[in-house]
Amino acid sequence: MSEGHSTYTPKTGLGRWFDARMPLPRLVYDSFVAYPVPRNLNYMWTFGGILSIMLVSQIITGIVLAMHYTSDSTLAFDSVEKIMRDVNSGWLLRYMHANGASFFFIAVYVHIFRGLFYGSYKAPRELLWILGCIIYLLMMATGFMGYVLPWGQMSFWGATVITGFFSAIPLVGDWIQQLLLGGFAVDNPTLNRFFALHYLLPFMIAGVVVLHVWALHVVGQSNPTGIEVKSKTDTVAFTPYATIKDAFGMIVFLFFFAYFVFYLPNYLGHADNYIVANPLKTPAHIVPEWYFLPFYAILRAITFNIGPINSKLGGVLCMFGAIAMLFLVPWLDTSKVRSAVYRPWYKLFFWLFVADAILLGWLGSQPAEGSYVFMAQMATLFYFAFFLIIMPVLGLIETPRRVPNSITEAVLEKNKGGSGHPAGAMAAPQTKG
Amino acid sequence: MSATDIHDPNRRDFLYVATGMAAVVGAGAVAWPFIDQMRPDASTLALASVEVDVSSLTPGSSLIVKWRGKPVVVRNRTEKEMKDGEAVSLSDLKDPIARNANLPSDAPATDANRTTPGKEAWMVMVQVCTHLGCIPLGQEGDFGGWFCPCHGSQYDTAGRIRKGPAPENMAIPVFKFVSDTKILIG
Repeated sequence: MSEGHSTYTPKTGLGRWFDARMPLPRLVYDSFVAYPVPRNLNYMWTFGGILSIMLVSQIITGIVLAMHYTSDSTLAFDSVEKIMRDVNSGWLLRYMHANGASFFFIAVYVHIFRGLFYGSYKAPRELLWILGCIIYLLMMATGFMGYVLPWGQMSFWGATVITGFFSAIPLVGDWIQQLLLGGFAVDNPTLNRFFALHYLLPFMIAGVVVLHVWALHVVGQSNPTGIEVKSKTDTVAFTPYATIKDAFGMIVFLFFFAYFVFYLPNYLGHADNYIVANPLKTPAHIVPEWYFLPFYAILRAITFNIGPINSKLGGVLCMFGAIAMLFLVPWLDTSKVRSAVYRPWYKLFFWLFVADAILLGWLGSQPAEGSYVFMAQMATLFYFAFFLIIMPVLGLIETPRRVPNSITEAVLEKNKGGSGHPAGAMAAPQTKG
Repeated sequence: MSATDIHDPNRRDFLYVATGMAAVVGAGAVAWPFIDQMRPDASTLALASVEVDVSSLTPGSSLIVKWRGKPVVVRNRTEKEMKDGEAVSLSDLKDPIARNANLPSDAPATDANRTTPGKEAWMVMVQVCTHLGCIPLGQEGDFGGWFCPCHGSQYDTAGRIRKGPAPENMAIPVFKFVSDTKILIG
């Protein structure tokens, strides 16, 4: 934030020696101790920290799993079973990694919807938002390739379907698909390169996370009111306020994570992936991991040719287009007010959009036949209408509610309302964090 | 330095351009092996032809052989399946091209063009959905042909796409009957 100069003063001789040569302690102090954060951040703002620990957890469990895994198509499935049965604590590490991927996506979806609700993508945070979208894309690539590694039926056929997307590209599609597969169908070369890339991409994510946090620390955090920080009274120090709040959020999140790891370890997976891959038999009903289901539903919704674009290319374009929408959000939203708190119509459409995304997810898990296809087509239409019509138009025609002059004013107004009640004295401290 | 130095190409300009070009070409030459190694390797490209004994196939039965890592179905069609296939007019087809590697690439997708002359009962076809590469299930769906469980594409008894997201008829590989009971694929 524009708070300016560093307030770090090394206390020891060694500290001063370091500070003059490589001021890493100063960077940490300025970024995570003295760093001013808006005083009104709610628990939706703890998911950035939660995502960081999920990334670390995935990298650590992944590295130790790689010590026991074999990326050969004849051995991969058995090596995963070996991890489950023979390797000490292997079952726990694998369940942490598999469920960790799901919880990583749960956290990222909360984080993205938080951004959409509070307008966190609006100037000057466009680049911060786009870096986040890039992280999300890398996460999807990593999650997809990781799911292929156990070499079960869903691994194999998921890989077949997803690499099939690229064959829809006119002229060079088949060439690109063969480049990805290293053959004419998913086989050993595919598994080997996916393993190599699955190991690489998390470190690329970590790199973009550094840029994301850097961009965040330049423009400062947004907050539920969407009003920029104007004075020192609008902020509190990162430590202890945000640190403690983030830590509590993490603990609650990890509680749910642990519940799945220990009591529902296969709930988010698919039973067919415990059958070894068979290139000659497609499972009766292919579904991707749950976190891809909304996009899968959009892909399947395009069953008709659109002019010169055939249904296959159309489906693939819509699916990638659905993700591309996120990149354009900073320029699609024309509203001058950031936060949905002061935008009654946007708030309504936001929740309809959440419902639409969940509906698409459910439809993606259902067979592509009968009325499901029509429902998916309607839900896809709304998905695109939200970004391309509702966002730009609403910003121009909606009358927002009165926006407070500052974060401090918004907090004090809220407290005043609270103190009118008999229990007001109890409520006041809660709004501090 | 006079203004003419900027406008007249001299020895230094030539060196800049030449060095830049060498760097671009060099970077491309270094990058290419890293892309090239991704392509199918020699062992994958080594094409195997498969000979299939079809003497056991009575009308209404089929078998599947693996060819280039993909399943190829050989089906001895029933009378009804052939009639259903012939009854379809070309204007009802989503993809009017035969997609038969044994015929010119613009041959129309008639039932006869999906088979081989004199052996119209026999379908030899890469049983891979042209949508995203799943294996359709045989003798299912609204048209009694193939039904893809992944995204709901429906093919008729001649393997032609009739409904759903797939863009093309299923591919017919190069094949021939070497005798009445043997087929050579590839």
